[in-house]
Amino acid sequence: MNQKDETVRRQPLQMEKEPFDFARWWDRVGILIVLLALVAFMSIFAPNFARVDNLFNIARSISVNAILAAGMTFVILTKGIDLSVGSTVAVSGVVAVLAAIAGVPAPIAILSGMLVGAACGIVNGALVAYMGLAPFIVTLGLMTFLRGLAYTMTEGQPIVSSSLNFKAFGSGYIADVPIPVITMIVVYIIAWFVLERTRFGRHIYAVGGNEEAAELAGVRVKRILTAVYVIAGLCAGLAGVIFAARVISAQPTAGTGYELDAIAAVVLGGTSLSGGRGRIIGTLIGAVILGVLSTGLILMDVPSSPSF
Amino acid sequence: MAGPTDDPEPLLKLESISKRYGATLALDNASFDLRAGEVHALMGENGAGKSTLMKVLAGNITRDSGRILMDGKEIEIRSARDARAHGIAIIHQELNTVPQMTVAENLSLGQEPVTGLRMLDRRAMLDSAREKLATTGSDIDPRKPLGSLSVGRQQMVEIARAIGENARVLVLDEPTAALSRAEAEQLYTLIAKMRAEGVGLVYISHRMEEVWRLADRVTVFRDGCFVGTNRMKDTSPQEVVRMMVGRSVGHLYEHPDRNPGKSVLSVRDLSGDGVEGPISFDVHAGEVVAMAGLVGAGRTEVARLIFGAGRRTNGTVFVNGRASEPADPSDAIADGIGMLPEDRKIQGLFLDHTVAANISISSLLQFVRAGVLREKLEREAVEQEMKRLNLRSNAIRLPVKALSGGNQQKAAVARWLLRDSDVLIMDEPTRGVDIGAKREIYEMIQELAEAGKAILVISSDLPEAIGISDRVLVMRHGRIVHEMSSACATEQDVMFHATGTAAQDAPAGEEVLQ
Repeated sequence: MNQKDETVRRQPLQMEKEPFDFARWWDRVGILIVLLALVAFMSIFAPNFARVDNLFNIARSISVNAILAAGMTFVILTKGIDLSVGSTVAVSGVVAVLAAIAGVPAPIAILSGMLVGAACGIVNGALVAYMGLAPFIVTLGLMTFLRGLAYTMTEGQPIVSSSLNFKAFGSGYIADVPIPVITMIVVYIIAWFVLERTRFGRHIYAVGGNEEAAELAGVRVKRILTAVYVIAGLCAGLAGVIFAARVISAQPTAGTGYELDAIAAVVLGGTSLSGGRGRIIGTLIGAVILGVLSTGLILMDVPSSPSF
Repeated sequence: MAGPTDDPEPLLKLESISKRYGATLALDNASFDLRAGEVHALMGENGAGKSTLMKVLAGNITRDSGRILMDGKEIEIRSARDARAHGIAIIHQELNTVPQMTVAENLSLGQEPVTGLRMLDRRAMLDSAREKLATTGSDIDPRKPLGSLSVGRQQMVEIARAIGENARVLVLDEPTAALSRAEAEQLYTLIAKMRAEGVGLVYISHRMEEVWRLADRVTVFRDGCFVGTNRMKDTSPQEVVRMMVGRSVGHLYEHPDRNPGKSVLSVRDLSGDGVEGPISFDVHAGEVVAMAGLVGAGRTEVARLIFGAGRRTNGTVFVNGRASEPADPSDAIADGIGMLPEDRKIQGLFLDHTVAANISISSLLQFVRAGVLREKLEREAVEQEMKRLNLRSNAIRLPVKALSGGNQQKAAVARWLLRDSDVLIMDEPTRGVDIGAKREIYEMIQELAEAGKAILVISSDLPEAIGISDRVLVMRHGRIVHEMSSACATEQDVMFHATGTAAQDAPAGEEVLQ
């Protein structure tokens, strides 16, 4: 075995020099090009679209869905799905508003809403990771349960609180930038850092790429699975608080159908529903495209029913 | 042997077939001929062009140039349907069947019998399925869903389908790769029967002893070129290997004497999932221990128990004298154990992820500074391990699925080199790997042994198990039934203990390579 050079023939590697591969290139930047084309189109044809205040309005209207989608990205990267985030938006908003009405200071009220979201995530995560149940079933069940809980807590009526102490969290500005937009940007920076620059992030991709191989490579798969649902719940809780602050009330119907918008943003952003592949930046672009489309169509006076 | 006569008209002849993919010439003037009633082995490393040639024959791809003749007349094969019409059937490694459907439904796929009212004629379907299965001499129930059968039996169904379509040329692509010994024996019998009936069989395999047992002639390809065709009786395994790699490989398993040190891995009275036990053995520093036995003897299960991937009911494992009681593989890795799993695609690799991510996944903590994963440190460390295994560093950003089988396995090995575990368990480290990569994996095992690691190799390849190790442990029915020094062990000894039968009953094919 020591006469290495005489006996070992080098393995030829396939894909010597990669020729330009349009499909792969499009995979990476295609979505950005779609967004730019869309913005260009809207700037020309939608009146007032390109005004700075309108762009900030769009950004604010996107923020709730974008934050949900950030959490959803973590779940979908592990090959899962979380259908309960829309209902979590309602419950966490209700809890935050009720806490504020009870006299709790604003930061604590906001935190309580987020913690409710995280608690929902723990339920989802535990059932998926430790009981081995299908994410679709588990989160569909929790979605129905939480919606019912939101109705029960509000007795079916919106609870309006015009003096809501954390309403700036939904409608305030810092240096002309809406606070929800700042929150959204912070969420995405954290999410990007976690996914791209931590061991935990790599483990998420590994679990989604091949769960069995991840386990045998030393990844604690169950903990990772639980953690991604907690992250999705935390994001949903945050989104719920922002929504409640924006409408200055606890709405039992808040967030209905938002889970699908979030999933749409994630998938549009290039994350694979079969797990292990995708980028958080794609999700942000996906959410922006959805937001630009709906706002642009309104500005162009397309009646809302045909605009789906 | 009632072999083919000296120079009959070939049943099938492929003349100077070429096929180019972009800049790569996958097949360069390849020629091949097959006679009725012969088994013609096709050998070569991964990427040598065997599969491409067979795809041309199957009509999956069209050739750029060359001719295909059947019974001396030129034929055109443009689609799988054409191939079938000419009586050419191919049994692929990945079976082309629908696992959810029953055996009978699979057998009549595409030509379902119908009644006068265009309804499915289930009775006719069952009858014809029974008839086809009977020709293979198997007792498979045609009403069972195909997916409920073992891989070997599914393969029988595919062969039955080919026979049912009166195939005159049958190509078997590594048919025994996933079969148990008993299933392989059944397949050998069936091959002999078809050969006697005048079918021409092309047999693609990496297993030398199998080829020597079955084939009449062997053709070797290398880098897309035809190297030569020989009658088995005029050649030797050494010569075939030389043809495959282009030069003499010397003795594949040769390694210098090792001096094992203190015990690194001690297993005491272990039992649990799939292991009756009690299992006790030691692997010492600088020692390579092979675990042999039949498929199902419990070797992989022992490895999984040690590695925390199975539930233990009894016993203790010590690593460097410290008890290791892992709740999951993550704990075992922290205790200094590494395991290369049996099936690299399902259990080992993240096929869509880059080579770098695949190699570093178990060692990421090394590259974390203040909570941040430092990609530069990671890349440097990964490149170093790739170099040790002759993996070119420009592959580092490629998805691992873009590599050949041998290079994929080397990436899987590199993960554990990077982790630098004291104990390394390797489950079938060279399965489905070509000779060049095999050799490099053996060299790496030797290098690890020299570095004082304790290595446990599970192998179904007997010459390999004996050749690369210092000791062989033989398992049967969930127990270690025998231990011997590799220096004195023979394949017959191992088979004797693995099967629990008399040595002379061991299959003759096992004796050839040595």
